[in-house]
Amino acid sequence: MRIVFKTSYLQDIRPWKDGYQLSLYLILLACALAAPLLLDDFYLGELTNVLIWAIAGMGLMVLTGHTGQASLGHAAFLAIGCYANIILLEQGLPFLLAFPLAGLITGVLGVIIAIPALRMHGIYLAIATLALSVLMDDIIVLSEPLTGGVAGKFAPPVRVFGIEIDRWGTPRAFYWLVLAVVVIVTLGYINLLRAPLGRSFIAVRDSEVSAQAMGVHIARTKVMSFFLSCAVTGLAGALMGLFAGAFNNETFSVVISILLLMMIVIGGLGSIHGAFFGAIVIGFLPQFLSISKEWVGALIGGNTVAIPGLETGVFGLILIFFVLFEPMGIYGRWLKIRTWFELFPFYRRDMFKRQKSYLKTERLR
Amino acid sequence: MSLLTLDNVTLRFGGLTAVDALSFSVEPGEVFAIVGPNGAGKSTVFNLISRFYDPASGSIRLENDDLLAHESSDIANLGIARTFQNIELFEHATVLQNLLVGRHRHRRSTMLSELFFLPSVRRAEIENREKVEEIIDFLDLQPHRDKMIAGLPYGVRKVVEVARALATGPRLLLLDEPASGLSVEETSDMRWWIEDIRRQMGITVLMVEHDMGLVSGVSDRVLAMADGARLALGTPEEVQSHPAVIEAYLGRAS
Ligand SMILES: Nc1ncnc2c1ncn2[C@@H]1O[C@H](COP(=O)(O)OP(=O)(O)OP(=O)(O)O)[C@@H](O)[C@H]1O
Ligand SMILES: [Mg+2]
Repeated sequence: MRIVFKTSYLQDIRPWKDGYQLSLYLILLACALAAPLLLDDFYLGELTNVLIWAIAGMGLMVLTGHTGQASLGHAAFLAIGCYANIILLEQGLPFLLAFPLAGLITGVLGVIIAIPALRMHGIYLAIATLALSVLMDDIIVLSEPLTGGVAGKFAPPVRVFGIEIDRWGTPRAFYWLVLAVVVIVTLGYINLLRAPLGRSFIAVRDSEVSAQAMGVHIARTKVMSFFLSCAVTGLAGALMGLFAGAFNNETFSVVISILLLMMIVIGGLGSIHGAFFGAIVIGFLPQFLSISKEWVGALIGGNTVAIPGLETGVFGLILIFFVLFEPMGIYGRWLKIRTWFELFPFYRRDMFKRQKSYLKTERLR
Repeated sequence: MSLLTLDNVTLRFGGLTAVDALSFSVEPGEVFAIVGPNGAGKSTVFNLISRFYDPASGSIRLENDDLLAHESSDIANLGIARTFQNIELFEHATVLQNLLVGRHRHRRSTMLSELFFLPSVRRAEIENREKVEEIIDFLDLQPHRDKMIAGLPYGVRKVVEVARALATGPRLLLLDEPASGLSVEETSDMRWWIEDIRRQMGITVLMVEHDMGLVSGVSDRVLAMADGARLALGTPEEVQSHPAVIEAYLGRAS
């Protein structure tokens, strides 16, 4: 059993509970830094992919997991970030300028798109953003002079501090670049959650009326959340573009939007961990499926058959499983396992059971 | 000067007049209670003060400040905090986080400084925690400090709501049925807390309550209302023995 003693306010403010937890995360970071030395290029590429999805996941998590605004349109912001980055690079801007600018542009466009959506809730917002994602395809095709239309664009290699970084040529450098972005975004996210703005996001998510009564301006808070969410998603999109090498109007389709949302639900809404867990599932699922397909193929003695839509189907099944049995996602399950170890042997089965929830009326009575 | 003044306030929901030309004022330092049968419009009065609804006519003032000129997210900033009849806490956050949201009106930092958690943000956060910790001590919430609201029993949630309202550092505290659903012991705790909130913290209290024992125990003045209008206003004894009040309650009961 592990007990955390509280002796000062700083202990609540700093992101880790105690030295033990801090060292765990430092070890994780060290492993992440050393990964290129341990993995071959193929698995390093897979890991890079997972990290990029984790950034996108964090982007959507801010909006959906922490502010409670469901978006089925985030692939559109991935696209905006991706195109903005490449276009700026093509204009001759150095990557270290083009990349953050791409995030900023995506954030600002996100806000502009969000303003008419501010009064929408739940399913209505989801549908409106879904429409945005569908529209994005056409917008990219129509603005061909800028985006290259159906033919698409190719990502040039980028230079950071004089080092050439290219997904195929220098996969290690590319991995470290992505890892650096992951670390920066994660730290910013952690800071946000321990500061007033992050708490106001949570307040808006859980009860708009009482958030308002506590002096939180609902519209302004949602705008901030859209900005941060879209900006981070834009950064992820920029990295996705560099990772893919080539992309066009179909790269960031509605399916990506849906996958992204499923990913954070499976990972665990309302936690940074959830974005990472979800990214691991989404990143390794295709690998896992193809390996198990070969396995099954070998077992039944036939050739491996291509089953169209298998990936999304399995993903959907996993999602249904989680919604039914573990609504807090993988992170929720992880918390339970961790608590079991920490409290050993005092864990009670109903520890995480929710109390009966109390009736809430829309009418403020 | 009165702290809060409602003057001839009327609010209609479609054909229903929920608040009907209601006037009253709350003096600084008093505990003022509103009583009345179900549907009398008591919570609606609170929602008007919180600026969730616009009255059809009349005025609401905090000292000389016209509340109707403010939007609802400004009200906490003017020093008015409230609780809700059907507990409105941030369910998936801890007790501590809930109270810290109460400190939101004292936020001075910008988004950028928070993303980097600059020293100024750190200092403000420590100060927020000092304030919140005082309230946790005051309301005996230490055992629940780091628990999620979603797992807390009803009685504790009621107290957390009061704590969150106090965390805003208000001059006027609106309590909507603070004792409803509480056990006898919990109600008597609530009673002492209300007394202390007024005495030690110097906060004026406006509350809606059905429990007449609690009302006559803590309040200086009581407003009885029915169908959105005033029936009687005076000391608890005066109001309880007022013929119109007795009739309203008996009339409903039969
Ligand atoms: N948002 C709304 N829309 C329509 N009617 C409403 C709304 N809010 C309240 N009402 C109606 O206004 C009247 C007054 O409601 P209110 O909630 O203020 O009563 P109350 O005095 O607080 O009653 P209770 O003791 O049950 O809490 C009721 O008839 C109620 O149905
Ligand atoms: Mg009421």
